Amino acid sequence: MSGATADPRLAAARAVPKKRMRLSWSDPALRGIVWQVVIVALVVLGIWWLVSNTRHNLEVRRIATGFGFLWREAGLPIGEHLIDYSPTDTYFRALLVGVLNTLRVAIVGIVLATILGTLIGVARLSKNWLLAKLSAVYVEVLRDLPLLLQLLFWYAMLQGLPGPRQALHPAEGVYLSNRGLKLPGLVWEPAHGWALAAFLIGLVATYFYRRSALAKQMADGRPRPVWPAALGFLVVLPVAVWAALGAPWTVDWPALRGFNIQGGLTLSPEYFALLLGLVLYTAAFIAEIVRSGIMAVQLGQWEAAQALGLRPGQVLRRIVLPQALRVIIPPMTSQYLNLTKNSSLAVAIGYQDIVSIANTTLNQTGQAIEGVAIIMGVYLTISLSISLFMNWYNKRIALVER
Amino acid sequence: MSDMTERVVLGTAAGHSPEAVPGGVEQGAPPRRAPVTSTGLIGWLRANLFSSWLNTALTLALAYLIVRGLIGSVSWAFVNAVWSVPVTEAGAQTQACRALNGTGACWAVITEKHRFILFGTYPYEEHWRPALCILLFIGLYVVSAMRRFWRKELVLVWAVTLVAIGVLMWGGILGLSYVPQERWGGLVITLILATFGLAFAFPLAVLVALGRRSELPAIKVLCVLYVELIRGVPLISLLFMASVMFPLFLPDGVNVDKLLRAQVAIILFAGAYLAEVVRGGLQALSKGQYEAADALGLSYWQKTGFIILPQALRLVIPPLVNTFIGFFKDTSLVLIIGIFDLLTAGKTAIVEPAWQGFGIEVYIFCGLIYFLFCFAMSKYSQNLEAELNRHRRR
Repeated sequence: MSGATADPRLAAARAVPKKRMRLSWSDPALRGIVWQVVIVALVVLGIWWLVSNTRHNLEVRRIATGFGFLWREAGLPIGEHLIDYSPTDTYFRALLVGVLNTLRVAIVGIVLATILGTLIGVARLSKNWLLAKLSAVYVEVLRDLPLLLQLLFWYAMLQGLPGPRQALHPAEGVYLSNRGLKLPGLVWEPAHGWALAAFLIGLVATYFYRRSALAKQMADGRPRPVWPAALGFLVVLPVAVWAALGAPWTVDWPALRGFNIQGGLTLSPEYFALLLGLVLYTAAFIAEIVRSGIMAVQLGQWEAAQALGLRPGQVLRRIVLPQALRVIIPPMTSQYLNLTKNSSLAVAIGYQDIVSIANTTLNQTGQAIEGVAIIMGVYLTISLSISLFMNWYNKRIALVER
Repeated sequence: MSDMTERVVLGTAAGHSPEAVPGGVEQGAPPRRAPVTSTGLIGWLRANLFSSWLNTALTLALAYLIVRGLIGSVSWAFVNAVWSVPVTEAGAQTQACRALNGTGACWAVITEKHRFILFGTYPYEEHWRPALCILLFIGLYVVSAMRRFWRKELVLVWAVTLVAIGVLMWGGILGLSYVPQERWGGLVITLILATFGLAFAFPLAVLVALGRRSELPAIKVLCVLYVELIRGVPLISLLFMASVMFPLFLPDGVNVDKLLRAQVAIILFAGAYLAEVVRGGLQALSKGQYEAADALGLSYWQKTGFIILPQALRLVIPPLVNTFIGFFKDTSLVLIIGIFDLLTAGKTAIVEPAWQGFGIEVYIFCGLIYFLFCFAMSKYSQNLEAELNRHRRR
């Protein structure tokens, strides 16, 4: 095909003669233009009709449009906030808190669901019959129940727990009661920030070291171990920075004082139920994706790799995973998007994410259009960012064909 | 198994008989059975549960957990459970349930409230009508699932059944008393939202999928915008739009009720997702089919209707069923805008002070109903996939 058109002598002969448009209904080009004009006109008319109705209705109800309300005092209390917030702040800040709360549950949820889903997907392929069947039952049951029902179920479970004074106490410093989950927390000090920065620098350094090691291996064929450098960059460097700054280490242990458990990290029942529901539900889907991805790699690939004398770990890392990932990444992207969008169900159990706060805002101010527009805008932005990132990653690992 | 081994051995013996090989090949040892440890139950156990130390440890740990979990749930759900409580004028006397203190299930809430959860606030004496509708819906699904009924008449069956359901629910004719739509509720609302949603979303999806592959740029852009915008936002935001913005969109005096507005939102949402599934089928079809249809001189609609769609849709039936399952579950989101579907009815049933705190029992009941529908669809989709792929297997 490409060979034929590449020949310059044939190109002229094969070129389609340029068509002249005729003013006739039997000309497909003209028909196409007419149809497009008609349909676009209908859509524009429809939108104009809706907009004019809306403007009329807004005038009748004396609702001023615009985003000016964002700078008014919100007066709505928010239980969980990652940035400073008080009810005297503006609506804008309240919505920002909501966006951060959404991101907080979405990012943690994506990480946990990926880990759990991969484990279950691999377990379903296990040679151990009991483990494989158990994972299959997990996937079947969780996939066939509505997420909202699961969220309400977990929330009801958490509310049914005993109060703080009789809290479940499975391990030192862990309390589970109807006020949520309490975990020991580290008291954050500047030294930790510097150690984290050192870790990030180490991550970048490891990446470049690995690249150069691979390039050298390509040149002379001798493999060079990456792990000693990785250990140095990722463990020794941050620990050294932390130790140089005085090695501060204070753990805030939660403890029962009076009628409540004080101190430590708190996961509110709402956040905990939402996270639990989202992770368990999405993990069932991710498990299926991982399983089909691994099964998509032909048995011959395993055998060929073993025949080449690769160790089992190398077979998995160098032969099977790169091929499985190609199948796994695209559906995985849509699961990440689903999890993010599903986090909007928070409104049903009272976790204050962007939907919940925007909903309260639109009820308080009557700015329905702006409220819904903000919700949609936020989710469109998040969805687009995730799909752009995953498309970039997908392109990077895609099979390069000729 | 052993029968086959013997036959093989006999064959070998005949081939190597002393007459055939004059050189005198040594007679093979008499046939032996496979060792007991590699066949039958013991062999299976060894291969699948106890193949190595690690596997054995895993099996034992899992078995312990499963047995403990089973004992715990059986004693909660059956042994310690309370199945009914006395009801006086003051309401249900749930002290027996409260006394369990979480050690047993209080199924009395289901005994007492199941009519409410299934039928909502529909007039009590007329409950047979939504019940009949539920049966009609199930019958419709079963008929649509059978391949021998996949022909044009099926559309007619759908139209007749949906009209019959409308008549039954509303009443007002044929001697049935009129029941306003505000009083409908429970499972039948879930089925209405799901079925009508799919019945309207599917044709929309086919049109949008065709539009997205159209050569006309304006139409293509419109379809891409629609699909990507809808898929980029959560269903809740569309439901909010339907419940708070829709009234602003319409001229004065036109009032669309809440259920219909939610239904429109679900149709728009489902349409975008189904369109992507259908597009997958259109793309999977080989180009030769399009070109052959063009070569026969068929018009666009003839080509699409007679050649392309019948093949493309057949290809995507399994993913379509999976999408249907997703929508069936997603109809539960109407809870958030206060429409009385199965889950909302369940949640409302425990608002009454006497029944507060028995959410888990009610959610398990609702969950079972959702599960039955979704599991049936999911098994059906798996079987269908196996059946449709039969010709591809070697």
